[in-house]
Amino acid sequence: MPAQPLELILARQFGDSLNLPMFLVDPEGNLLFYNEPAEEIFGLKFNETGGMRLEEWATIFKPTDQDGNPLTPESLPLVKTLSTKIPANGEFYVDSLTGIRSYISVSTFPIVGRTKRFLGAMAIFLKSHEV
Amino acid sequence: MKVRIWGCRGSLPAPGPENYRYGGNTSCIQVTEGDTCIILDAGSGIMRLGRFLGPTVKEVHILLTHLHIDHTMGLGFFQPLYNPNVKVHLWGPSTGQEPLLHRLRRYFSPPLFPVKLSELPMHPEVHELGDEEFSIGGIKILSQFLCHPGPTLGYRLTANQKTLAYIPDHEVMLGSSDFPHDPEWTSGFEIANGADLLFHDGAYSSKEYVGKMGWGHSSIRDALLFANMCKVKKLSIFHHEPTRTDEQIESMYRDAVREGNFGFEIEMCAEGNVYEL
Repeated sequence: MPAQPLELILARQFGDSLNLPMFLVDPEGNLLFYNEPAEEIFGLKFNETGGMRLEEWATIFKPTDQDGNPLTPESLPLVKTLSTKIPANGEFYVDSLTGIRSYISVSTFPIVGRTKRFLGAMAIFLKSHEV
Repeated sequence: MKVRIWGCRGSLPAPGPENYRYGGNTSCIQVTEGDTCIILDAGSGIMRLGRFLGPTVKEVHILLTHLHIDHTMGLGFFQPLYNPNVKVHLWGPSTGQEPLLHRLRRYFSPPLFPVKLSELPMHPEVHELGDEEFSIGGIKILSQFLCHPGPTLGYRLTANQKTLAYIPDHEVMLGSSDFPHDPEWTSGFEIANGADLLFHDGAYSSKEYVGKMGWGHSSIRDALLFANMCKVKKLSIFHHEPTRTDEQIESMYRDAVREGNFGFEIEMCAEGNVYEL
């Protein structure tokens, strides 16, 4: 089993120490890690799910607009950061698996290693309120 | 591979009669395989190595883990650098910003050192490394960044199905999630995985580590847990504190092995040790 590069290991350690929801994804968008505060947004526990492939977590994490219409993937900050390798931010609604709807603000930034290798992205959320 | 230790002390050379057994020179290991000569780090131990290098050696590869002074302080005193008949290659971590050559020039310049790199009879060839695989002679090498302040690499050297792993400066506890249960998320795992011989940072006792978290080094206990996770065959504890006497190092060893049966050989690395892999 290949180990993760140091930059991702330290990003996960950083996220694990935050009291803000945080996702860590690889360059393909596969979810590598989400921290305890993010578990509330998902309605899942990382210890139970581990990392998830893009197609798997995309069915769980469904951002919508105010009227409940799904947002296009291209409009999501994390997708923008993965495709452009530049930071992005946005605000939208998400429904957790436990049925709780939250309005969240998200900032995403690329993880580019010392040798300028693009390794993935980190998303940090701020939950404004539950709807 | 033949492996010889020319220095295993950390931070600062520590000569003196109380350090006779483990030696006082800082990080330097010589690895030879056929005609290939690789030197891991250029701490103060490299000066003596240079004096004992045979006249038949015409090419030397120095692999620097990082540029902290205890890993580079011997470079200017390495005699082959002044011999026009010896080609010296310097390998070290890339930052993606300032070239390695420029960073090495800082050492080869006043007030640290009187001789400039450009004044050497044959300019060393500089190679920048990141997470990558390459070969020197018959030795296959993997380099990977590790958890230690500043750009720092670990090296995995493999020849004839035998593997040496060199991780002299490493704070494994900070570079790991759920240590020691998640190898995929542990800094250095791929470097050390299944190695026949692992040299790993064990600068502190567990009690000392509590007050020195973030300094970039590991406790002996964490080194043992890391080696156990990586299923190495032998662990050689490296980077002895400069203030540590032979007696104290041996006491730390007794405390470490008392903690449990790890199923692999454990030793405190000593200058002058020789290994055949």
